[in-house]
Amino acid sequence: MTDLPLHLGAARRHPAGGLDAAGLRAAIAESFRKLAPRQAMRSPVMAVVLLGTLLSALITIAASADKAFGIAVTATLFVTVLFANFAEAVAEARGRGQAASLRAARRDLVGRRLDDAGNETRVAASELRAGDRVLVSAGEFVPADGEIERGVATINEAAVTGESAPVLREAGTDRSGVIGGTKVLSDEIVVRVSAEPGGSFLDRMIALVEGANRQKTPNEIALTMLLAAMTLTFLVVCVTLPFLAGFVGVKLDPLLLIALLVCLIPTTIGGLLPAIGIAGMNRALKANVLAKSGKAVEVAGDVDVLLLDKTGTITHGDRQATAFHPLGGIDREQLRDAALLSSLADPTPEGKSIVRLARELRSRVEDPQQATFVSFSAQTRMSGVDVGARSIRKGASDAIARHVRALGGVVSPELDARVEQVARGGATPLVVADGKHVLGVIELSDVVKHGVKERFARLREMGIRTVMITGDNPLTAAAIAAEAGVDDFIAEARPEDKLARIRAEQAAGHLIAMVGDGTNDAPALAQADVGVAMNSGTQAAKEAGNMVDLDNDPAKLLAVVEVGKQQLITRGALTTFSLANDVSKYFAILPAMFAAALPSMASLNVMRLASPNSAVLSALVFNALIIPALIPLALKGVRFKPASAVALLRRNMLVYGLGGVLLPFVGIKAIDLLLAAIGV
Amino acid sequence: MIEILLVFAAAIALGWPLGLYLARVMRGDASRLDVVFDPLERLAYRALGTDPRRGMSWKGYARAFVVSNVVLGALVWLQFMTQAWLPLNPDGAPNMRWDLALHTMVSFLTNTNQQHYSGQAQLSYLSQMVGIVGLQVITPMMGLAMVVATLRGLFGGRDAQARHADGERAPTQVPIERDLGNYWVDLTRATLRFMLPLCLVWSVLLTSQGVPATLERGPTVTPIDASAELKQQHIPLGPVAPMVAVKQLGTNGGGWYGPNSAMPLENPTPFSNALEVLAIVLIPVAVTFMAGRFVRRRRFAALVFGSMLLMSVASTGLGVWSEGHSASAHDIALMEGKEVRFGADASALWATLTTQTSNGSVDAMHDSLAPLTGGIAIVDMLVNAIWGGIGCGLMQFLVYLLLAVFLAGLMTGRTPELFGRKIEAPEVRLLALLILLQPIVVLGFTAIALSFPSITANSNPGFHGVSQVFYEYVSAFANNGSGFEGLGDGTYWWNLSCTLVLILGRYPALIVPLAIAGQMARKKVAPESAGTLHVETPTFALTLVAVIVILTVLQFMPALVLGPVAEHLSLAVS
Repeated sequence: MTDLPLHLGAARRHPAGGLDAAGLRAAIAESFRKLAPRQAMRSPVMAVVLLGTLLSALITIAASADKAFGIAVTATLFVTVLFANFAEAVAEARGRGQAASLRAARRDLVGRRLDDAGNETRVAASELRAGDRVLVSAGEFVPADGEIERGVATINEAAVTGESAPVLREAGTDRSGVIGGTKVLSDEIVVRVSAEPGGSFLDRMIALVEGANRQKTPNEIALTMLLAAMTLTFLVVCVTLPFLAGFVGVKLDPLLLIALLVCLIPTTIGGLLPAIGIAGMNRALKANVLAKSGKAVEVAGDVDVLLLDKTGTITHGDRQATAFHPLGGIDREQLRDAALLSSLADPTPEGKSIVRLARELRSRVEDPQQATFVSFSAQTRMSGVDVGARSIRKGASDAIARHVRALGGVVSPELDARVEQVARGGATPLVVADGKHVLGVIELSDVVKHGVKERFARLREMGIRTVMITGDNPLTAAAIAAEAGVDDFIAEARPEDKLARIRAEQAAGHLIAMVGDGTNDAPALAQADVGVAMNSGTQAAKEAGNMVDLDNDPAKLLAVVEVGKQQLITRGALTTFSLANDVSKYFAILPAMFAAALPSMASLNVMRLASPNSAVLSALVFNALIIPALIPLALKGVRFKPASAVALLRRNMLVYGLGGVLLPFVGIKAIDLLLAAIGV
Repeated sequence: MIEILLVFAAAIALGWPLGLYLARVMRGDASRLDVVFDPLERLAYRALGTDPRRGMSWKGYARAFVVSNVVLGALVWLQFMTQAWLPLNPDGAPNMRWDLALHTMVSFLTNTNQQHYSGQAQLSYLSQMVGIVGLQVITPMMGLAMVVATLRGLFGGRDAQARHADGERAPTQVPIERDLGNYWVDLTRATLRFMLPLCLVWSVLLTSQGVPATLERGPTVTPIDASAELKQQHIPLGPVAPMVAVKQLGTNGGGWYGPNSAMPLENPTPFSNALEVLAIVLIPVAVTFMAGRFVRRRRFAALVFGSMLLMSVASTGLGVWSEGHSASAHDIALMEGKEVRFGADASALWATLTTQTSNGSVDAMHDSLAPLTGGIAIVDMLVNAIWGGIGCGLMQFLVYLLLAVFLAGLMTGRTPELFGRKIEAPEVRLLALLILLQPIVVLGFTAIALSFPSITANSNPGFHGVSQVFYEYVSAFANNGSGFEGLGDGTYWWNLSCTLVLILGRYPALIVPLAIAGQMARKKVAPESAGTLHVETPTFALTLVAVIVILTVLQFMPALVLGPVAEHLSLAVS
C-alpha cells in the first residue's frame, strides 16, 4: 500500500453514465435482482408495469389469438421494468465504485497507542477506542479519526479527498482534525482518537456512498405520491374503458388495454426517480462534498441566504502586515519592536507576518526569556505577551481601548483617525499597546479573491443573498464588502453573532447555509439549514454540520447549492416530460384499439402508423427506450444556468413540456417505420 | 359575433366593480351601508348563536359548513315530500316520491340544480319559493365563504397582513395563523349585502321584460294553433322572475319550467336573453376580481382572470365554430331541440358559458348540440374552473394552481412553494385524493350505467348514448346540473346514483382545499426573491393552463373519443 487510489477523482474522470465493462455487467445483473417483489414494490409505477407484464404473459399463453404479438408486447413490458432497474443499478454502481476504493484505505491500519506513562503499544485500528492517544510519525497512516493533541504535520489526504497536495494540520488550531486512512508526510503528531470503530468518518462515508440505507427525501416522497395518484387514475381509465366500448359494441383486446395502461402511467420518471436521488448525492461527492443525507442536498437547492466567513472565502485569508503607523510622539522603532515582541509566539499567519515585516525593517529584538504568551481569545479579541512587568497587547481597536482605559490610560483621539484611515483603505487595523500606552497601528492587508464578485452577482440572480462575516471593524468590513460585492456584512463578529444572525434570518423565513470550521462554529453550523463543515475543521464542527467539504474550500457552498437545484429541476423536468408524452401515445393506441370495429376512427391515426399492432408496439418500444436514453440526463442532471425562476421555468417548459409532447410523435413514427421495414 | 363580444365586455365592465365591492364585504370593511345591514346581521348572528368576532380553525369552519348543509337539506327534503299538504299550492302539485325529493334536495343543496322533475308540474309555489330559491340564494354563498376562508389560509390566516394593528379581537381567539374567519359571518354578509340586492335588481329587470311574477294560479286558455289538437291548455305561472334571476346569477341553473330558458315565459325577449346570458358569467367573473382585492394582490387577480379568460375564449370560440361550421353541424336532426328564436350561435354561446360556470341553465337542449359542441361542454365541466361555480370555480382553480406550482416549482430548482409556503407531502396527498376522485366517480358510474342499459333507459344507442350517460355524471360531479336529456332519469337508479355523485362532487372539492389551506397557513413563510417562482406571470399562467388541459385530456380522452368524437366522425363521414 504505497500509494492510495484517488477514488473520488476516479468518478471525476468518467462523465455521467461512464461504467467500465465489468461495472456494466454488474449493473445488468443487479437489474434482474431488483425484480424481487420487495424491491419492485418500492416504486408504485414500476410495480404496475411488472404486474402488467405478468398479466400479459398469462393472456398470451392462455388466450391470445396472435401469439407473436402477445410475446412482443410481453417482452417489451419486461424490458421496460429492466431498464428502470438498470437506471437505479447504474447510479448505485457508480457510488459503489467509490466505496470500494474507500474500503481499501480502511483495511490493515495499525496504530501506536500511548498509555498514560507514554509507553507505546502496537494495536490494530479496530481496537482503538475514542479517547485513546496514538503516535503517528512521518510515513505512517493515521489509524483513526481524531484531533491532533500535540505537534504539527503535513498530511496527504488523497485517500479521502482525491487531492494529492499535502495539507498542514496543527494542534490547537482550527485545522487540528485528522482522518483515519490518511498519510502523515512529515513530522510526528499525537492524535486523540475521537471515533469508535465502525463509526469513523470513512465508515460513514462508505455507507452513504453505497446508498445502502438511502432514505427518500421529503420532496421525493411527495412526488412519489403524486405519481402513484396518476398511476391509479390511469388504472381507472383503463379498467372502465371496456365497459364504455362494450356499449357501442366494441370488444377490446386485454393486451391492448395493458399496453395503453403502461404507456399512460409515468414510467419514465417512475423508472428514473431513484437514480436521480442517488446521482444527486454522487454529484455532491464529485464536488468533494460529503452530504450526510439526501435531504441536505435537497435543502441546499432552497437556500436563499449564504453566510460566509470573509477569510478564505472572499479574501485569500492570509492577512499580511504591510505597515506600522506610530501615533504622534512614538517613534517607528518602538512600535515595530513592541509589535514583534507581541507576535513572536503568535502562531497565526497574521502574527507570523508581523514578525516577518518587523525583521525586514531590521528589528533586532531577541527572543525574550521568561515571557508569557497571551493567546487570542474570541472574548478579549486581543493577544500579546507579558515580559517581566511589561505587558504588550495587540488587537482590535475597541478591545485595546477598553484594555488601556481599564488600566487607567488615555486613548488619544488621534488613534481613531489612524484606525479609520487604515480601515477605509480596506485593510485591517491592529492596535498595539504597551501597558497603558497606545503605541500605534499595524496595517494588515487582505486581498479579495479573483472572480468572487461575479460569483455573488450570479447568486443574486438566483435570488440568493450573501452575508459576509468578519471580525474586522465596520469600516474595513464595508470596504471589503463593497469590493467583493456581498449584499450585507456583520463586522466585529463574535461566534454568538453568527448564531443570532442565523436565527434572525430564519425567523424571517429564510433558509440559511453557512460554512465553518472552528469548534465555536458548531452551534451556528447546527442551527443553519445547510451547515458545511471544513474537513480540516474540528470534530465538533464536522459533527454539527450536515455536509463536510473535503477540499476545505469555503466557496464550495456555491457548488452545493447548484447540485441541490439541479436535482430538483431534473425531477420536475422528467415528470413533466413523462406526462407530456402521454398525448402522443393516445394518438398511437386509441385508433389502433378501435380500428377494427370503428373504421371512422382511422382519421385519429395522425401519425399514419402502419398497422394497429405496429402502432401499439411502437408506442411501447418508445416508452421503454426512453428510459435508458434518459439515464445520462438523470445522472448528470438537467443543465443548470443561474437565472431567475421564471426564466428557468420558461426554458424547461419549452424543452421538457413542449418537447415532451412533440418528441414521441417523431419517435413513435420512426420506430413504426423501422418495425414495418423488418416486417412486423 | 358582436353579441358574444358584448357579453364578455359587459361581464368584465360590471364584474370588476362588483368584485371589488364583494372583497370589501368579505373582508368585513366598514361601509356606509352598515346602517342598513348591521342590525339585520346582528339579528342573524343572535339567531345563529355565534359571536361574529370569533374566528374558526379550518376544522371549525368545515364543521359549520357541513352542519348548515345537513340542517337545510333535512328541512327541504321534508318540505318536498309534504308539499301537497302545505299552503301556496294552487296547481295542486302532489308530494314528491322520497328518492326524487332526495335527489332534488341534494341537487339544489350542492348548487347543482340537476333536475329530474319538471318544476311547473311537480313543485308547489311554496316549494319553489322557499325550498328551491332559498337554496339557490344561499348555496352559492356557501361556496364563496369556503373559498374566501381558503384564501385566508393560503395567505397565513385572517388578517395576517394586519397582524399587529388589531386590538379588537376577542380574547378567546384561535391563533391568527389558524383563524380562517367565521363561517356564519361570511355566509350572512355575502348573502345580505351582495347576493340578495343583486337578485332583486335582476328580477325587477326580468319582470319588466314580461317574465311572470305572481302568486296567482295560471290561466286556462284555448290554443290558436289548431294543429296541436288541444281544446284547452293550462298555462302554469308563479313567482318565476325572482327564481330566474337567482338561477342565472347564482350559478344555479334550475329553472321554473322544465325547458328552462328555452321556454318563452322564462326568457321572452332579446333583452331578457342578454340579461340572462350576462348573469351566467357575471358573479364568477366578479369573484376573480374579488380574489385579488381580498388578498391585496392585484397581480393575483390578473393571474386568475387572465387564465380563466384564455380558457373561456378558447372554449366559447370552439363551441361557436363547431355548432355553426364543423363537418357535423349541418345535420338537420340537430335543429330539433333548439329554440328557433336563438339559432346556432346564441345556443352555442349559452351552452359553453353555462358549462364553464357550473351554471347549468340552458336555452337549447344540449342533447341536440353538434357532437363536438357537446364534447366541449363536457370538457368545460371536467375542468370546472373556467370561471366555475361561485366559490367552487376559484376553489378548483386553486387546486390546479397548487398542482401546477408543484411541478413548475421543481423545474425552477426549489422545493415547491405557493406564496412563500411550502407544498409538501401532506398537501400533495390531499391533492392526489382530489385528482383521483373525479375519474373514479365519473368513469366508474358511467361504466356501470352503460353496462346495464336496462336501467339507464337510454333513448339513444351508440356513441350518442355514451355521451348522454357520461354527460349526466360529469354534470352531476361538476355540480353543473345541465342535462343531455334523453335519459329516463326519474328512476331510482338515476336519482340515487346522481345523489351520490352530487355529494362526492361538492363536499370533497370544497373541504379538501380548505384543509390544505389550513395546513399551509401554519407554515413558515419564505420571503420572495428572484429565485422564488412568481406565479403571477404570463409564463406560469400558460404553464397552469397547459397543466389543466393536459390533465383533463389525459384522464378523459378515451371517454371523449368514444362519445362526442366518434359521433362527430360518424356524422362527418355519412
